[in-house]
Amino acid sequence: MVGLFGVLAEEGGAAAEIVHAAPNWFAQNAWLVPLLPFLSAPLILFFGKRTPGKGPIYGIVAVGASFLLSLGVLWSFVQDGGPYEKAVEWFTIGSLHVEAGMYVDGLTAVMFVVVTAVSLCVHVYSLGYMHGDSRYTWFYFVLSMFTGAMLIVVISDNVIQLLVGWEIMGVCSYLLIGHWFEERENSNAGIKAFITTRIGDVPMMFGFFALIALTGFTSASIHDAEEVIAGGEASALFVSITAILLFGGAIGKSAQFPLHVWLPDAMAGPTPVSALIHAATMVAAGVYLVGRFYEVFLAADPWVLQTVSIIGAITMIGAAILAIAQDDIKRVLAYSTLSQLAYMVAILGVGELGRDAAFFHLFTHAFFKALLFLGAGSVIHAVHSNNMSDMGGLRKPMPITFWTMLIGSLALAGVFPFAGFWSKDELLIVSNKTEMWLFVAMLATAILTAYYTTRMVLRTFFGEYTGHAHPHESPRTMTGPLVALAAATVGVGLLGAPQLGAVFFDWVYLEHPEEITFVAWAAIVGSIGTLAGIGVGWAIYKDRTVVDPMKRRLGGFWTVLLNRYYIDDFYMAAIVRPVRDRLSAFVYWTNQKVLDGIVNGAATLARGLARVVMWIDRTIIDGAVNGLGQITGESGGLLKYLQSGNVQWYAVALFAGVLVLTAFFIRLP
Amino acid sequence: MIRLPMVLIFSALLFSAGVYGVLARRNAVMVLMAIELMLNAVNVNLVAFSAELQDVSAQVFALFVIAVAAAEVGIGLAIVILLFRNRASINVDEVNLLRW
Repeated sequence: MVGLFGVLAEEGGAAAEIVHAAPNWFAQNAWLVPLLPFLSAPLILFFGKRTPGKGPIYGIVAVGASFLLSLGVLWSFVQDGGPYEKAVEWFTIGSLHVEAGMYVDGLTAVMFVVVTAVSLCVHVYSLGYMHGDSRYTWFYFVLSMFTGAMLIVVISDNVIQLLVGWEIMGVCSYLLIGHWFEERENSNAGIKAFITTRIGDVPMMFGFFALIALTGFTSASIHDAEEVIAGGEASALFVSITAILLFGGAIGKSAQFPLHVWLPDAMAGPTPVSALIHAATMVAAGVYLVGRFYEVFLAADPWVLQTVSIIGAITMIGAAILAIAQDDIKRVLAYSTLSQLAYMVAILGVGELGRDAAFFHLFTHAFFKALLFLGAGSVIHAVHSNNMSDMGGLRKPMPITFWTMLIGSLALAGVFPFAGFWSKDELLIVSNKTEMWLFVAMLATAILTAYYTTRMVLRTFFGEYTGHAHPHESPRTMTGPLVALAAATVGVGLLGAPQLGAVFFDWVYLEHPEEITFVAWAAIVGSIGTLAGIGVGWAIYKDRTVVDPMKRRLGGFWTVLLNRYYIDDFYMAAIVRPVRDRLSAFVYWTNQKVLDGIVNGAATLARGLARVVMWIDRTIIDGAVNGLGQITGESGGLLKYLQSGNVQWYAVALFAGVLVLTAFFIRLP
Repeated sequence: MIRLPMVLIFSALLFSAGVYGVLARRNAVMVLMAIELMLNAVNVNLVAFSAELQDVSAQVFALFVIAVAAAEVGIGLAIVILLFRNRASINVDEVNLLRW
């Protein structure tokens, strides 16, 4: 056991020991970071349309402030070290005490910076990209919610809070992907993303329940559960199952095989959304989840982490191959995202060192992938088409977009000294140390990555323009974030450079038991692979043609690639159609005939019964009451004639009575 | 010497004459006079039994009856006068407001 949690476990310490003395202001108030976007969201929704500029200003100010606070949190973490935990009572169900709290360690701080930085760029960029959109204000509202939800996930110290953030993010992704829902295809993509990730979320929820169960249903805190696991009180099988259930959530959100199908379709959303989803927030959440619960994975049986690695490796290579055949520039990037995320997932499966490398790659990937998506958005904005066959020769009319995208592409391909080089190098070193087969898979993926990246750049920016629009450089609100992200892409890789002390790893792990040392031959092999990929790409695509030359050469396989290995078709035929057509028809039939029949039958019965009761009421009860009244009235009507008003008649009656009584009493003896 | 049964027969006849007057006469003053006859028939009875049984307590009762009869006739005549003022008639058949 190494790392923070391991140390705690050895001491058998309570959660209170995590809190270091006198943390500074930023660490204490880290909860402001997720709060600010959540405050700006209602402001945008309720006052946005009345504000000059239609509302984005609230989101940009809030996310900007969050970004500055995140830098402060990271700085405070570097200064004082030590995770900081703070929680307040939220609610209690029986013995289960759930707290709303924050747990700020290096991982949280780094994720804060990544999420807020990319989100800020996306916010600013959307000013230009979404200009004139019919749901401009709404777009910014969801964007703010989305950012806030991701930050909630990152800051959570308990599973309930994490789940809340996770699901808000799911809803927001659905809204953003289906933002242009006027077209059926786009709304279908939103539904697909929502449902596919939900398939992963269900096991994850059960994983959370299992963690709560581990604490004896007393606490939802992540650390309480991890202490129980570290104490060796839980059975290995139970922990393994919990870990695999949690990994289900990661597969869904991080779009790993076999739940990867939603991500390429998610390109239906506006491009800034793609940047946010695929770089910093949604897909990163899956990797973050595994990292946050890493103690559970380490305590599980080895097959769990092996599964993680294998899933990662399959996705990594499969997606990279798919990327080489896409004509839609955003789909190329989408498959690239799958492949890069699979890098992180696969390396998470090898142990603590892998966790370091995975998060470093997450960190660098967030910047260059956001850059690439925003650059692609800039291109799409200029040529009004997603297809690379409608582009070409764009480096002259769009110089800023070209140069920044070139930097992003070099980083993605892993060329020295850009960010991707350093993180990919770590991945290769770690996999070389642990799992040789993974090293080979990663190297193959790196070659493919370099190849399709070269293809993308050449087909977009070189040769002759073959589209029908008049391409022009994008406005400053769009190029500004590109330049900022390009600068970051150049810079952030150095944070993990072993030659410069690899400060990044000090942040992610409080205790760093094993340095990731620089291995010259790994860097050289990696670079040779990258250059080979670029070389092949250059050879094939340097003379740009409208139709991809590989289409003819690959023939049938190209068709398979265009159809995504027919996985989507398989899901459609095996799951979606039976469920949607037959199951729903059956459910409809059951509802109409059986349930409605029961309800209607009960209603008819009740009506019949009511008629009987009504008859009894009207006839017997009312008859008795009315009859009594009538008899009284009629007898009174007859008896009233006795009251004649003539006193003498009364006297006659009186005397008659006296006579009768007298006669009676005389006769009696 | 007058014998008791003769007196009782006399008082019974007197009482019957009173009853007849109360029941049959239409004139309210006559009705009041008939009531006096009935009361006096009772007085005759009381005095006769007092003499027969040599007990004066019955004569005291007779005096009470005379006093009450005087008061009754006073009130009765006052009512008759008021009736006449309102109706210009003292026919008891016409005094039938308290009816159905």
